[in-house]
Amino acid sequence: MTNELDYPAISVFVFFFVLVTVMGFVAAKWRRPATLAHIDEWGLGGRQFGTWITWFLVGGDFYTAYTVIAVPALVYGVGAYGFFALPYTIIVYPFVFAVMPLLWRQAKDGAHVTAADLVHARYQSRGLELAVALTGIIATMPYIALQLIGMAVVIKALGLTGEVPLMLAFLVLALYTYSSGLRAPALIAFVKDAMIYIVVLTAIAFIPLKLGGYAAIFQAADTAFKAKGSGGILLAPAQYLPYATLALGSALAAFMYPHTLTGVFASKSANTIRKNAILLPAYTLLLGLLALLGYMGHAAGLKLTSNNDVVPMLFKTLFPGWFAGFAFAAIGIGALVPAAVMSIGASNLFTRNVWKAYADPGISHAGEARVAKITSLVVKVGALLVILFLPTQFALDLQLLGGLWILQTFPAVVFGLFTQWFRAPALLAGWAIGLGVGTYFSWMDGLKPLHTLILGDTKFTVYVGLLALVINIAVALAVNALLPQRRTVISTAG
Amino acid sequence: MPKRTLSPLWILLLLPYLGLLIVSFYNKTSPDFFGFPFFYWYQLLWVPVTSVLIYIVYRSLPDDE
Repeated sequence: MTNELDYPAISVFVFFFVLVTVMGFVAAKWRRPATLAHIDEWGLGGRQFGTWITWFLVGGDFYTAYTVIAVPALVYGVGAYGFFALPYTIIVYPFVFAVMPLLWRQAKDGAHVTAADLVHARYQSRGLELAVALTGIIATMPYIALQLIGMAVVIKALGLTGEVPLMLAFLVLALYTYSSGLRAPALIAFVKDAMIYIVVLTAIAFIPLKLGGYAAIFQAADTAFKAKGSGGILLAPAQYLPYATLALGSALAAFMYPHTLTGVFASKSANTIRKNAILLPAYTLLLGLLALLGYMGHAAGLKLTSNNDVVPMLFKTLFPGWFAGFAFAAIGIGALVPAAVMSIGASNLFTRNVWKAYADPGISHAGEARVAKITSLVVKVGALLVILFLPTQFALDLQLLGGLWILQTFPAVVFGLFTQWFRAPALLAGWAIGLGVGTYFSWMDGLKPLHTLILGDTKFTVYVGLLALVINIAVALAVNALLPQRRTVISTAG
Repeated sequence: MPKRTLSPLWILLLLPYLGLLIVSFYNKTSPDFFGFPFFYWYQLLWVPVTSVLIYIVYRSLPDDE
C-alpha cells in the first residue's frame, strides 16, 4: 500500500473523528439521569434504550469495524467459505428473539447488570458466577484488540505512519467512555451506522458499474481462485460441515459476549429486544453485500500485501480521496463503538462479579460506578499494549479461543431459563471440561477453528467451539444425573 | 417457558436453520439472479425471509408489557 499522505481523505477523516469525540463527551448529558454515579447509569445507560437506539447500538456493536475489514478479506482470500458470516448472522436472530427477552426479564427483575449476576442469583454459586465472569472478561480483551487492528488498517491507508495516531484515537475513546459510560457509544452509533450504510450502499451500487457488473465480478473471482489453485466461489464438499458448524457455533456464541449482552440489558423492555430481532437483520444484508467487496478486489485486479487491505485499497483505487476518507472514517469510528461497549461489558463483569463478590461486598452504587470506570481504562490500555507490543497473530489466536471459551458459558446462562433441573456443580463441570478439551483440541490443531473427528472410516471436520459445547452439555447432563436428588422437585418444564 | 401455551407458530423459527445449515442444498451456481450465483442470492434472500418469519411469531404473542 502506498504511504503517500492523502490530504482530502485525512481532512474528512479528522472532521468526523472530532465530531464523534465531541458527541462522546456530550453524551453524558443525553437523557440525563439524576446521577451518573450508579452502575445502572454508567454501565447500562439507565436501562431505557428504546427500539431505535438499541437497533443502532447493537448493530454498531455486533457488526464491528473488524468485521468490515476481515470478512471481505477472508472472502478475497478463500472465497465462498468466508461467507459463513452470512448464515451466522441470520440464524442468530430466531435465537435472540426466543431467548434474549427472557434473559432481559430476569435481569430487570433481579436488577442484574451482567450474565454472571444472573447466574449467581439463579444457582447461588459463587464458583459458577466467577467462571462466567472470567470467561467473559478474557474473551472480550482480544476482541477489543481486534478493533484496534481494524482502526490501524484504515490509519495506514490514510498514509499516516507510526503508532501515535492509533494511541491518540484510543486515548480519546478511553476518556469519553470513562466520563459518559454506555451513553457515549449509543450516541456515536447513530453517526457510525449512518456512515457505514452510506459507504456500503455506494460501494455496491457504483463499484459494479466500474467493474462490468456482478456477473463479471463473480467471473473474475472464479478465474483468480482457479489460477491460484485454492478457494472458489462455491464450497468444496469437504467444507459443508465446517461452514454449517461455524455458522451455528458462532450464532450461539454471539450473544454470550459481554458487549452484546450489555446491549440487551440496556433495552427498555422485552418487546424492544423482540422488535430488534426483526429489524437487526438489515445489518446482515449489509454484511453480506460488504463481503462481496472481497470479490470486487479480484475484479479490480488489486495487488495486495495483506488480505486485510482489500477494502481500503478498493476505496482508494476506485473513489476520490474525500469519499475514501469518509469510508475510512466510517470504519475507524466503527471501531470505537464496539471497543467502548466491550470495555464497559468487561468492566461491569469485573465490578459486579469479582470486585463486589470478593473485595468489597458492601460497595455502594457510586463505588461500583467508580470501580467500573477505572476498570474500563485499564482494559483499554491493556488492549492497546497487546497491539503495540505483541504480534498481531497473538490477538487473532486469542480471539479465536475467546469464541470457543465464551460458548462454554451457554449452558449456565441459557438453560436455566427453560429448566430448573441443572445444578451448579454439573454446569461448572461441563464448563471446565468443555473449555479444557476444546482448548486442547484447538492447541493441538495449531490454533485452527476446525477439528477433525475420525469415527470408524468417516472423518468429520467441525467447528471446535461447537464440539466443545457438545462435550460441555454431555458432561453437565451426566454429572447432574449422578448428583444426589434434590428433596423438592421444582419443575420439569422443558 | 413459564406456564404459557406455546403458539405452534414458533416452529417457523426453525426454518432458517434448516434452510441455511443444509449446505449441500444451495451450494451451486445456477439458477443465477442479476449476476449473483444461486449460493449468494439464496443466502441473502434468507435475511428478509427470517425477519418476516420472526415478525409472524411476534404478532402471535400476547402483550406482556
